Amino acid sequence: MALKRPALEATISNALSALVVGGAAGAVVVIALIPMIAGLIRDGLAARLTPTMTSVASIAIGVGATVFLITQLPIFLIWLERKIAAHIQDRLGPMRVGWHGVLQSFADGLKLLFKEDIIVDGADKFLFKLAPFLTIMGAFAAFAVLPWGEGLVISNLNIGLLYAIAITSLGAIGILMAGWASNNKYALYGGMRSAAQMVSYEIPTAIVILSVVVQVGSLNLSDVIAAQQGGVGGVTNWFIFRLYGLNVIGFILFFICGLAETNRNPFDIPEAESELVAGFHTEYSGMRFAFFFLAEYGAMFFVAALTAVLFLGGWSGPFFSGPLVLFVKTLALVFVQMWLRWTLPRLRVDQLMALCWKYLIPISFVVLIAAAIDGVVGS
Amino acid sequence: MKNYLSNIWVTAKTVTIGMIITFKHLFTRSVTQQYTSEELPEERWKSSIVPDGVLQDRSRMRLHVKIEDCIGCKQCEKVCPVDCITITTEKREKTEAPLFAADGTAIKQKVVQFDIDMSLCCYCQLCVYPCPTECIVMTPEFEFAETLKSNFLYRFAKEKPAPPEPPKEEVAEPVAAGGS
Repeated sequence: MALKRPALEATISNALSALVVGGAAGAVVVIALIPMIAGLIRDGLAARLTPTMTSVASIAIGVGATVFLITQLPIFLIWLERKIAAHIQDRLGPMRVGWHGVLQSFADGLKLLFKEDIIVDGADKFLFKLAPFLTIMGAFAAFAVLPWGEGLVISNLNIGLLYAIAITSLGAIGILMAGWASNNKYALYGGMRSAAQMVSYEIPTAIVILSVVVQVGSLNLSDVIAAQQGGVGGVTNWFIFRLYGLNVIGFILFFICGLAETNRNPFDIPEAESELVAGFHTEYSGMRFAFFFLAEYGAMFFVAALTAVLFLGGWSGPFFSGPLVLFVKTLALVFVQMWLRWTLPRLRVDQLMALCWKYLIPISFVVLIAAAIDGVVGS
Repeated sequence: MKNYLSNIWVTAKTVTIGMIITFKHLFTRSVTQQYTSEELPEERWKSSIVPDGVLQDRSRMRLHVKIEDCIGCKQCEKVCPVDCITITTEKREKTEAPLFAADGTAIKQKVVQFDIDMSLCCYCQLCVYPCPTECIVMTPEFEFAETLKSNFLYRFAKEKPAPPEPPKEEVAEPVAAGGS
Protein backbone atom coordinates (compact mmCIF):
# COMPACT_ATOMS: atom_id res chain seq x y z
CA MET A 1 0.00 0.00 0.00
CA ALA A 2 1.41 3.35 -0.94
CA LEU A 3 1.61 5.64 2.01
CA LYS A 4 -0.19 8.86 1.23
CA ARG A 5 1.86 11.64 2.68
CA PRO A 6 -0.34 14.12 4.52
CA ALA A 7 -0.70 17.37 2.61
CA LEU A 8 0.53 19.42 5.59
CA GLU A 9 3.69 17.36 5.88
CA ALA A 10 4.40 17.75 2.17
CA THR A 11 3.86 21.49 2.40
CA ILE A 12 6.18 21.82 5.38
CA SER A 13 8.80 19.71 3.65
CA ASN A 14 8.62 21.79 0.47
CA ALA A 15 8.73 25.03 2.41
CA LEU A 16 11.77 23.92 4.43
CA SER A 17 13.52 22.76 1.27
CA ALA A 18 12.88 26.09 -0.37
CA LEU A 19 14.14 27.80 2.78
CA VAL A 20 17.37 25.79 2.79
CA VAL A 21 18.06 26.18 -0.92
CA GLY A 22 17.19 29.87 -0.72
CA GLY A 23 19.33 30.20 2.38
CA ALA A 24 22.30 28.64 0.57
CA ALA A 25 21.83 31.04 -2.35
CA GLY A 26 21.46 33.92 0.13
CA ALA A 27 24.63 32.81 1.92
CA VAL A 28 26.56 33.00 -1.35
CA VAL A 29 25.30 36.55 -1.89
CA VAL A 30 26.17 37.48 1.69
CA ILE A 31 29.66 36.00 1.27
CA ALA A 32 30.10 38.02 -1.90
CA LEU A 33 29.05 41.17 -0.08
CA ILE A 34 31.10 40.55 3.08
CA PRO A 35 33.71 43.27 2.36
CA MET A 36 30.95 45.87 2.03
CA ILE A 37 29.05 44.64 5.11
CA ALA A 38 32.24 44.47 7.15
CA GLY A 39 33.18 47.99 6.08
CA LEU A 40 29.78 49.31 7.09
CA ILE A 41 29.92 47.55 10.47
CA ARG A 42 33.46 48.80 11.09
CA ASP A 43 32.52 52.39 10.28
CA GLY A 44 29.39 52.15 12.37
CA LEU A 45 31.34 50.78 15.33
CA ALA A 46 34.15 53.30 14.97
CA ALA A 47 31.64 56.16 15.10
CA ARG A 48 30.14 54.94 18.36
CA LEU A 49 32.90 53.22 20.32
CA THR A 50 36.45 53.83 21.43
CA PRO A 51 39.17 52.30 19.18
CA THR A 52 39.88 49.47 21.65
CA MET A 53 36.22 48.60 21.94
CA THR A 54 35.90 48.77 18.13
CA SER A 55 38.62 46.19 17.61
CA VAL A 56 37.19 43.95 20.34
CA ALA A 57 33.70 44.22 18.87
CA SER A 58 34.85 43.57 15.29
CA ILE A 59 36.79 40.50 16.43
CA ALA A 60 33.67 39.28 18.26
CA ILE A 61 31.54 39.78 15.15
CA GLY A 62 34.17 38.05 13.01
CA VAL A 63 34.29 35.09 15.41
CA GLY A 64 30.50 34.91 15.45
CA ALA A 65 30.26 34.95 11.65
CA THR A 66 33.00 32.34 11.28
CA VAL A 67 31.49 30.08 13.91
CA PHE A 68 28.13 30.38 12.16
CA LEU A 69 29.74 29.53 8.82
CA ILE A 70 31.74 26.55 10.03
CA THR A 71 28.89 25.05 12.02
CA GLN A 72 26.41 25.40 9.16
CA LEU A 73 28.79 24.49 6.37
CA PRO A 74 29.33 20.85 7.41
CA ILE A 75 25.58 20.32 7.15
CA PHE A 76 25.81 21.26 3.49
CA LEU A 77 29.09 19.40 2.97
CA ILE A 78 27.72 16.17 4.46
CA TRP A 79 24.75 16.34 2.09
CA LEU A 80 27.11 17.10 -0.80
CA GLU A 81 29.38 14.22 0.10
CA ARG A 82 26.49 11.77 0.27
CA LYS A 83 25.18 12.94 -3.08
CA ILE A 84 28.62 12.74 -4.71
CA ALA A 85 29.24 9.31 -3.23
CA ALA A 86 25.87 8.09 -4.42
CA HIS A 87 26.21 9.41 -7.94
CA ILE A 88 29.75 8.05 -8.31
CA GLN A 89 28.30 4.66 -7.39
CA ASP A 90 25.36 5.16 -9.78
CA ARG A 91 22.93 5.59 -6.89
CA LEU A 92 20.69 8.50 -6.02
CA GLY A 93 21.59 9.10 -2.38
CA PRO A 94 19.25 10.88 0.01
CA MET A 95 16.07 11.72 -1.89
CA ARG A 96 13.30 11.68 0.68
CA VAL A 97 13.81 14.45 3.18
CA GLY A 98 13.13 17.65 1.29
CA TRP A 99 14.06 18.45 -2.28
CA HIS A 100 16.68 15.88 -3.33
CA GLY A 101 17.34 15.24 0.35
CA VAL A 102 18.59 18.73 1.25
CA LEU A 103 17.01 18.42 4.68
CA GLN A 104 18.61 15.03 5.37
CA SER A 105 21.52 16.49 7.33
CA PHE A 106 19.13 18.55 9.45
CA ALA A 107 17.09 15.44 10.17
CA ASP A 108 20.26 13.54 11.10
CA GLY A 109 21.45 16.40 13.28
CA LEU A 110 18.11 16.48 15.07
CA LYS A 111 18.30 12.73 15.58
CA LEU A 112 21.80 13.02 17.03
CA LEU A 113 20.61 15.77 19.39
CA PHE A 114 17.90 13.53 20.78
CA LYS A 115 20.10 10.46 21.10
CA GLU A 116 21.28 9.30 24.46
CA ASP A 117 24.79 10.41 25.31
CA ILE A 118 26.28 7.09 26.35
CA ILE A 119 29.49 7.02 28.34
CA VAL A 120 30.78 3.49 28.73
CA ASP A 121 31.51 2.19 32.21
CA GLY A 122 35.18 1.43 31.68
CA ALA A 123 35.91 4.77 30.06
CA ASP A 124 38.15 7.43 31.48
CA LYS A 125 35.21 9.77 31.97
CA PHE A 126 37.04 13.09 31.98
CA LEU A 127 39.15 12.40 28.90
CA PHE A 128 36.18 10.79 27.15
CA LYS A 129 34.14 13.97 27.59
CA LEU A 130 37.02 16.26 26.73
CA ALA A 131 38.18 14.57 23.52
CA PRO A 132 35.42 15.69 21.10
CA PHE A 133 35.79 19.29 22.23
CA LEU A 134 39.54 19.22 21.69
CA THR A 135 39.05 17.81 18.21
CA ILE A 136 36.43 20.34 17.23
CA MET A 137 38.52 23.11 18.77
CA GLY A 138 41.53 22.08 16.72
CA ALA A 139 39.50 22.17 13.56
CA PHE A 140 37.65 25.41 14.20
CA ALA A 141 40.26 27.54 15.96
CA ALA A 142 42.39 27.31 12.85
CA PHE A 143 39.90 29.54 11.01
CA ALA A 144 41.13 32.48 13.13
CA VAL A 145 44.06 33.13 10.81
CA LEU A 146 42.30 32.46 7.52
CA PRO A 147 42.10 35.69 5.51
CA TRP A 148 38.80 36.07 3.68
CA GLY A 149 39.62 39.31 1.97
CA GLU A 150 41.52 42.58 2.23
CA GLY A 151 41.78 43.05 6.01
CA LEU A 152 39.09 40.44 6.58
CA VAL A 153 40.85 38.21 9.04
CA ILE A 154 39.91 37.61 12.64
CA SER A 155 43.48 37.61 13.88
CA ASN A 156 46.17 38.89 11.54
CA LEU A 157 48.96 36.92 13.21
CA ASN A 158 52.45 37.37 11.86
CA ILE A 159 53.07 33.71 12.63
CA GLY A 160 49.76 32.64 11.07
CA LEU A 161 51.11 29.58 9.26
CA LEU A 162 52.91 28.31 12.34
CA TYR A 163 49.68 28.75 14.31
CA ALA A 164 47.73 26.87 11.63
CA ILE A 165 50.14 23.91 11.70
CA ALA A 166 50.10 23.83 15.49
CA ILE A 167 46.37 24.17 16.04
CA THR A 168 45.32 21.62 13.42
CA SER A 169 47.58 19.06 15.09
CA LEU A 170 45.44 19.46 18.19
CA GLY A 171 42.75 17.43 16.45
CA ALA A 172 45.04 14.41 16.40
CA ILE A 173 45.48 14.72 20.19
CA GLY A 174 41.71 14.73 20.57
CA ILE A 175 41.47 11.60 18.45
CA LEU A 176 44.22 9.85 20.40
CA MET A 177 42.50 10.92 23.63
CA ALA A 178 39.16 9.58 22.41
CA GLY A 179 40.77 6.30 21.42
CA TRP A 180 42.49 5.90 24.77
CA ALA A 181 39.58 7.03 26.97
CA SER A 182 37.03 4.76 25.26
CA ASN A 183 38.63 1.66 26.81
CA ASN A 184 37.87 -0.21 23.61
CA LYS A 185 40.39 -2.11 21.53
CA TYR A 186 39.11 -0.76 18.23
CA ALA A 187 39.08 2.80 19.50
CA LEU A 188 42.60 2.40 20.88
CA TYR A 189 43.82 1.03 17.55
CA GLY A 190 42.24 4.01 15.83
CA GLY A 191 43.88 6.44 18.20
CA MET A 192 47.28 4.79 17.85
CA ARG A 193 47.01 4.82 14.10
CA SER A 194 46.07 8.47 14.21
CA ALA A 195 49.17 9.24 16.28
CA ALA A 196 51.36 7.30 13.85
CA GLN A 197 49.76 9.13 10.95
CA MET A 198 50.24 12.52 12.59
CA VAL A 199 53.92 11.85 13.25
CA SER A 200 54.38 11.05 9.59
CA TYR A 201 52.29 13.72 7.96
CA GLU A 202 53.13 16.80 9.96
CA ILE A 203 56.68 16.68 8.57
CA PRO A 204 55.96 16.92 4.81
CA THR A 205 53.14 19.39 5.53
CA ALA A 206 55.53 21.65 7.39
CA ILE A 207 58.23 21.33 4.75
CA VAL A 208 55.87 22.18 1.90
CA ILE A 209 54.57 25.16 3.88
CA LEU A 210 58.20 26.17 4.46
CA SER A 211 58.84 26.11 0.71
CA VAL A 212 56.04 28.63 0.31
CA VAL A 213 57.31 30.66 3.25
CA VAL A 214 60.75 30.78 1.62
CA GLN A 215 59.19 32.23 -1.51
CA VAL A 216 57.11 34.79 0.38
CA GLY A 217 59.49 35.64 3.19
CA SER A 218 56.67 35.80 5.74
CA LEU A 219 54.57 33.49 7.88
CA ASN A 220 51.61 35.83 7.69
CA LEU A 221 48.81 34.43 5.52
CA SER A 222 47.79 37.90 4.35
CA ASP A 223 51.34 38.43 3.09
CA VAL A 224 51.19 35.07 1.31
CA ILE A 225 48.14 36.28 -0.61
CA ALA A 226 49.63 39.71 -1.21
CA ALA A 227 52.62 38.01 -2.83
CA GLN A 228 50.31 36.23 -5.27
CA GLN A 229 48.42 39.24 -6.58
CA GLY A 230 48.95 40.76 -10.00
CA GLY A 231 50.37 38.92 -12.99
CA VAL A 232 48.65 38.13 -16.25
CA GLY A 233 44.89 38.05 -15.65
CA GLY A 234 45.50 37.99 -11.90
CA VAL A 235 46.31 34.30 -12.18
CA THR A 236 49.92 33.78 -13.24
CA ASN A 237 51.31 35.03 -9.96
CA TRP A 238 49.67 32.22 -8.00
CA PHE A 239 52.31 30.05 -6.39
CA ILE A 240 51.15 26.97 -8.24
CA PHE A 241 52.44 28.52 -11.47
CA ARG A 242 55.75 29.69 -10.06
CA LEU A 243 59.14 28.11 -9.43
CA TYR A 244 59.37 26.41 -12.86
CA GLY A 245 56.44 24.11 -12.19
CA LEU A 246 57.97 22.67 -9.01
CA ASN A 247 55.21 24.29 -6.97
CA VAL A 248 52.69 22.06 -8.72
CA ILE A 249 54.44 19.17 -7.00
CA GLY A 250 54.33 21.13 -3.74
CA PHE A 251 50.61 21.73 -4.25
CA ILE A 252 49.93 18.02 -4.82
CA LEU A 253 52.05 17.07 -1.81
CA PHE A 254 50.22 19.57 0.38
CA PHE A 255 46.89 18.31 -0.84
CA ILE A 256 47.87 14.70 -0.03
CA CYS A 257 49.09 15.73 3.41
CA GLY A 258 45.85 17.62 3.93
CA LEU A 259 43.92 14.45 3.21
CA ALA A 260 46.03 12.61 5.78
CA GLU A 261 45.64 15.36 8.33
CA THR A 262 41.85 15.34 8.11
CA ASN A 263 41.70 11.52 8.14
CA ARG A 264 40.07 11.38 4.74
CA ASN A 265 40.34 8.54 2.29
CA PRO A 266 42.71 7.06 1.28
CA PHE A 267 44.23 7.92 4.67
CA ASP A 268 41.24 7.26 6.92
CA ILE A 269 43.04 4.52 8.80
CA PRO A 270 42.09 5.90 12.26
CA GLU A 271 38.44 5.38 11.34
CA ALA A 272 38.74 2.45 8.94
CA GLU A 273 35.13 1.36 9.30
CA SER A 274 35.77 -1.98 7.58
CA GLU A 275 38.59 -2.87 9.97
CA LEU A 276 38.02 -1.02 13.23
CA VAL A 277 34.22 -0.73 13.47
CA ALA A 278 34.39 3.05 13.63
CA GLY A 279 37.90 3.57 14.94
CA PHE A 280 38.35 6.23 17.57
CA HIS A 281 34.66 7.19 17.75
CA THR A 282 33.38 3.64 18.20
CA GLU A 283 32.03 4.36 21.68
CA TYR A 284 30.69 7.83 20.98
CA SER A 285 27.05 8.57 20.43
CA GLY A 286 24.72 11.51 20.21
CA MET A 287 26.13 15.02 20.20
CA ARG A 288 29.68 13.96 21.04
CA PHE A 289 29.73 11.85 17.90
CA ALA A 290 28.28 14.78 15.98
CA PHE A 291 31.18 16.92 17.21
CA PHE A 292 33.68 14.50 15.68
CA PHE A 293 31.69 14.62 12.48
CA LEU A 294 31.58 18.42 12.45
CA ALA A 295 35.29 18.54 13.24
CA GLU A 296 36.09 16.30 10.28
CA TYR A 297 34.19 18.48 7.84
CA GLY A 298 35.43 21.69 9.41
CA ALA A 299 39.01 20.44 9.13
CA MET A 300 38.39 19.43 5.53
CA PHE A 301 37.18 22.91 4.71
CA PHE A 302 40.09 24.54 6.51
CA VAL A 303 42.73 22.40 4.83
CA ALA A 304 41.16 23.08 1.43
CA ALA A 305 41.06 26.80 2.22
CA LEU A 306 44.68 26.75 3.35
CA THR A 307 45.67 24.98 0.12
CA ALA A 308 43.81 27.66 -1.83
CA VAL A 309 45.56 30.40 0.14
CA LEU A 310 49.02 28.93 -0.21
CA PHE A 311 48.93 27.90 -3.87
CA LEU A 312 45.85 29.27 -5.60
CA GLY A 313 45.98 32.92 -4.65
CA GLY A 314 43.48 32.84 -1.79
CA TRP A 315 40.82 35.52 -2.20
CA SER A 316 42.47 37.13 -5.23
CA GLY A 317 40.85 36.00 -8.42
CA PRO A 318 41.11 36.62 -12.16
CA PHE A 319 37.99 38.78 -12.51
CA PHE A 320 37.24 40.03 -9.04
CA SER A 321 38.59 39.44 -5.57
CA GLY A 322 36.84 38.76 -2.33
CA PRO A 323 35.59 36.10 0.05
CA LEU A 324 33.49 34.47 -2.65
CA VAL A 325 36.60 33.67 -4.72
CA LEU A 326 38.23 31.90 -1.78
CA PHE A 327 34.95 30.16 -1.05
CA VAL A 328 34.62 28.83 -4.60
CA LYS A 329 38.23 27.69 -4.73
CA THR A 330 37.85 25.95 -1.37
CA LEU A 331 34.66 24.21 -2.39
CA ALA A 332 36.33 23.01 -5.59
CA LEU A 333 39.17 21.51 -3.54
CA VAL A 334 36.67 19.97 -1.11
CA PHE A 335 34.96 18.41 -4.11
CA VAL A 336 38.28 16.87 -5.18
CA GLN A 337 38.73 15.51 -1.65
CA MET A 338 35.32 13.86 -1.83
CA TRP A 339 35.94 12.64 -5.36
CA LEU A 340 39.21 11.01 -4.25
CA ARG A 341 37.50 9.42 -1.28
CA TRP A 342 35.15 7.49 -3.55
CA THR A 343 37.92 6.57 -5.98
CA LEU A 344 40.77 5.21 -3.92
CA PRO A 345 40.89 2.29 -1.49
CA ARG A 346 42.31 2.78 1.99
CA LEU A 347 46.04 2.44 2.46
CA ARG A 348 47.48 -0.03 4.92
CA VAL A 349 49.41 1.43 7.85
CA ASP A 350 52.77 0.30 6.48
CA GLN A 351 51.92 1.55 3.00
CA LEU A 352 51.01 4.88 4.52
CA MET A 353 54.33 5.06 6.34
CA ALA A 354 56.20 4.07 3.17
CA LEU A 355 54.37 6.72 1.14
CA CYS A 356 55.18 9.35 3.71
CA TRP A 357 58.79 8.61 4.62
CA LYS A 358 60.02 7.29 1.29
CA TYR A 359 58.17 9.55 -1.11
CA LEU A 360 56.54 12.64 0.37
CA ILE A 361 59.35 13.80 2.65
CA PRO A 362 62.20 13.48 0.10
CA ILE A 363 60.15 15.11 -2.65
CA SER A 364 59.04 17.93 -0.36
CA PHE A 365 62.69 18.53 0.54
CA VAL A 366 63.53 18.78 -3.17
CA VAL A 367 60.82 21.43 -3.55
CA LEU A 368 62.07 23.31 -0.46
CA ILE A 369 65.71 23.27 -1.62
CA ALA A 370 64.70 24.39 -5.11
CA ALA A 371 62.68 27.25 -3.59
CA ALA A 372 65.64 28.22 -1.38
CA ILE A 373 68.14 28.17 -4.28
CA ASP A 374 65.73 30.15 -6.43
CA GLY A 375 65.35 32.68 -3.64
CA VAL A 376 69.11 33.07 -3.17
CA VAL A 377 69.85 33.28 -6.91
CA GLY A 378 66.94 35.61 -7.54
CA SER A 379 67.83 38.16 -4.89
CA MET B 1 66.17 4.71 -8.25
CA LYS B 2 64.54 3.50 -11.42
CA ASN B 3 62.06 1.53 -9.32
CA TYR B 4 61.44 4.58 -7.15
CA LEU B 5 60.58 6.80 -10.09
CA SER B 6 58.45 4.15 -11.76
CA ASN B 7 56.51 3.75 -8.51
CA ILE B 8 55.71 7.47 -8.54
CA TRP B 9 54.73 7.30 -12.20
CA VAL B 10 52.49 4.27 -11.70
CA THR B 11 50.82 5.89 -8.69
CA ALA B 12 50.09 9.09 -10.57
CA LYS B 13 48.85 7.18 -13.61
CA THR B 14 46.57 4.79 -11.76
CA VAL B 15 45.11 7.50 -9.55
CA THR B 16 44.38 9.59 -12.65
CA ILE B 17 42.72 6.67 -14.41
CA GLY B 18 40.63 5.90 -11.33
CA MET B 19 39.58 9.50 -10.98
CA ILE B 20 38.57 9.70 -14.63
CA ILE B 21 36.44 6.58 -14.21
CA THR B 22 34.69 7.85 -11.10
CA PHE B 23 34.17 11.26 -12.71
CA LYS B 24 32.41 9.60 -15.62
CA HIS B 25 30.20 7.69 -13.23
CA LEU B 26 29.27 10.94 -11.50
CA PHE B 27 27.26 11.84 -14.59
CA THR B 28 25.90 8.46 -15.64
CA ARG B 29 22.27 7.73 -15.00
CA SER B 30 21.57 6.17 -11.63
CA VAL B 31 20.30 2.62 -11.69
CA THR B 32 18.23 3.19 -8.56
CA GLN B 33 14.49 2.90 -8.91
CA GLN B 34 12.73 4.83 -6.19
CA TYR B 35 10.48 2.64 -4.10
CA THR B 36 7.46 4.86 -4.19
CA SER B 37 6.77 8.38 -5.10
CA GLU B 38 4.36 9.41 -2.41
CA GLU B 39 2.68 12.07 -4.54
CA LEU B 40 1.76 9.62 -7.30
CA PRO B 41 -1.24 7.30 -7.22
CA GLU B 42 -0.45 3.67 -6.54
CA GLU B 43 -0.79 2.40 -10.11
CA ARG B 44 1.64 4.98 -11.44
CA TRP B 45 4.45 4.42 -8.98
CA LYS B 46 4.07 0.70 -9.31
CA SER B 47 4.49 0.94 -13.03
CA SER B 48 7.51 3.14 -12.49
CA ILE B 49 9.15 0.45 -10.37
CA VAL B 50 8.15 -2.37 -12.64
CA PRO B 51 8.32 -0.76 -16.07
CA ASP B 52 5.28 -1.50 -18.22
CA GLY B 53 4.07 -3.86 -15.52
CA VAL B 54 6.69 -6.40 -16.59
CA LEU B 55 8.94 -7.82 -13.95
CA GLN B 56 12.64 -7.28 -14.08
CA ASP B 57 14.64 -10.29 -15.18
CA ARG B 58 14.86 -12.85 -12.39
CA SER B 59 12.99 -10.77 -9.85
CA ARG B 60 11.20 -13.02 -7.38
CA MET B 61 8.17 -11.99 -5.38
CA ARG B 62 4.98 -13.52 -4.04
CA LEU B 63 4.02 -17.00 -5.26
CA HIS B 64 0.75 -17.69 -6.94
CA VAL B 65 -0.80 -21.02 -7.96
CA LYS B 66 -3.20 -21.33 -10.85
CA ILE B 67 -4.99 -24.11 -9.04
CA GLU B 68 -7.15 -25.19 -11.97
CA ASP B 69 -3.94 -26.22 -13.84
CA CYS B 70 -2.38 -28.08 -10.91
CA ILE B 71 -2.10 -31.83 -11.50
CA GLY B 72 -1.05 -32.56 -7.94
CA CYS B 73 2.36 -33.99 -8.80
CA LYS B 74 3.89 -32.52 -5.58
CA GLN B 75 7.19 -31.75 -7.29
CA CYS B 76 7.16 -28.20 -5.90
CA GLU B 77 6.55 -29.52 -2.42
CA LYS B 78 9.52 -31.89 -2.67
CA VAL B 79 11.92 -29.32 -4.09
CA CYS B 80 11.08 -26.57 -1.61
CA PRO B 81 14.18 -26.09 0.58
CA VAL B 82 12.23 -24.55 3.47
CA ASP B 83 9.14 -26.78 3.24
CA CYS B 84 6.70 -23.93 2.96
CA ILE B 85 4.41 -25.77 0.52
CA THR B 86 1.93 -28.34 1.81
CA ILE B 87 -0.10 -30.36 -0.71
CA THR B 88 -2.70 -33.02 -0.08
CA THR B 89 -4.28 -34.85 -2.99
CA GLU B 90 -7.01 -37.36 -3.45
CA LYS B 91 -7.44 -39.70 -6.34
CA ARG B 92 -10.13 -38.69 -8.78
CA GLU B 93 -12.78 -41.30 -9.37
CA LYS B 94 -12.90 -42.83 -12.88
CA THR B 95 -16.57 -41.91 -12.99
CA GLU B 96 -15.88 -38.19 -12.74
CA ALA B 97 -15.66 -36.13 -15.92
CA PRO B 98 -12.06 -36.00 -17.28
CA LEU B 99 -10.22 -32.77 -16.47
CA PHE B 100 -7.30 -31.29 -18.35
CA ALA B 101 -4.77 -28.57 -17.47
CA ALA B 102 -4.27 -25.62 -19.82
CA ASP B 103 -1.46 -27.45 -21.66
CA GLY B 104 -3.53 -30.61 -22.10
CA THR B 105 -2.11 -32.70 -19.27
CA ALA B 106 -4.77 -34.91 -17.77
CA ILE B 107 -5.51 -34.11 -14.11
CA LYS B 108 -5.75 -37.38 -12.25
CA GLN B 109 -5.42 -36.02 -8.73
CA LYS B 110 -7.83 -33.89 -6.83
CA VAL B 111 -5.85 -31.17 -5.01
CA VAL B 112 -7.68 -30.71 -1.75
CA GLN B 113 -4.98 -28.75 0.03
CA PHE B 114 -2.38 -26.44 -1.49
CA ASP B 115 -0.98 -24.17 1.21
CA ILE B 116 2.00 -21.89 0.85
CA ASP B 117 3.35 -20.21 3.96
CA MET B 118 4.84 -17.00 2.58
CA SER B 119 6.40 -16.21 5.94
CA LEU B 120 8.67 -19.22 5.39
CA CYS B 121 9.21 -18.76 1.67
CA CYS B 122 12.78 -17.83 0.75
CA TYR B 123 11.93 -16.69 -2.77
CA CYS B 124 14.37 -19.14 -4.37
CA GLN B 125 11.94 -19.86 -7.21
CA LEU B 126 13.02 -23.53 -7.18
CA CYS B 127 9.38 -24.61 -7.09
CA VAL B 128 8.65 -22.78 -10.33
CA TYR B 129 11.12 -24.69 -12.50
CA PRO B 130 9.95 -28.30 -12.06
CA CYS B 131 6.20 -27.60 -12.42
CA PRO B 132 5.09 -29.55 -15.52
CA THR B 133 2.03 -27.39 -16.18
CA GLU B 134 3.62 -24.08 -15.13
CA CYS B 135 0.87 -23.44 -12.66
CA ILE B 136 3.06 -22.15 -9.79
CA VAL B 137 4.51 -18.76 -10.63
CA MET B 138 6.16 -15.74 -9.07
CA THR B 139 3.90 -12.70 -9.34
CA PRO B 140 4.95 -9.02 -9.45
CA GLU B 141 3.20 -8.58 -6.11
CA PHE B 142 5.78 -7.46 -3.56
CA GLU B 143 3.81 -5.56 -0.95
CA PHE B 144 1.96 -8.05 1.20
CA ALA B 145 2.88 -7.16 4.74
CA GLU B 146 0.45 -8.51 7.31
CA THR B 147 -0.25 -7.83 10.94
CA LEU B 148 -0.91 -11.49 11.73
CA LYS B 149 1.56 -14.21 10.97
CA SER B 150 -1.28 -16.59 10.16
CA ASN B 151 -2.31 -14.32 7.28
CA PHE B 152 0.84 -15.36 5.43
CA LEU B 153 -0.62 -18.80 4.94
CA TYR B 154 -2.06 -18.70 1.46
CA ARG B 155 -4.61 -21.44 0.70
CA PHE B 156 -5.00 -22.08 -3.00
CA ALA B 157 -7.03 -25.33 -3.07
CA LYS B 158 -10.61 -24.97 -4.30
CA GLU B 159 -11.70 -28.61 -4.02
CA LYS B 160 -13.02 -29.61 -0.63
CA PRO B 161 -11.52 -32.74 0.85
CA ALA B 162 -13.92 -35.67 0.61
CA PRO B 163 -16.03 -36.00 3.76
CA PRO B 164 -14.72 -38.64 6.11
CA GLU B 165 -16.21 -42.07 5.51
CA PRO B 166 -19.45 -42.12 7.48
CA PRO B 167 -19.66 -44.71 10.21
CA LYS B 168 -21.57 -47.84 9.25
CA GLU B 169 -24.45 -47.30 11.66
CA GLU B 170 -25.17 -43.94 10.07
CA VAL B 171 -25.21 -45.55 6.62
CA ALA B 172 -27.65 -48.10 7.83
CA GLU B 173 -30.04 -45.52 9.21
CA PRO B 174 -31.31 -44.02 5.92
CA VAL B 175 -31.93 -47.52 4.65
CA ALA B 176 -34.01 -48.19 7.70
CA ALA B 177 -35.81 -44.91 7.16
CA GLY B 178 -36.48 -45.82 3.54
CA GLY B 179 -37.89 -49.15 4.58
CA SER B 180 -40.47 -47.68 6.91
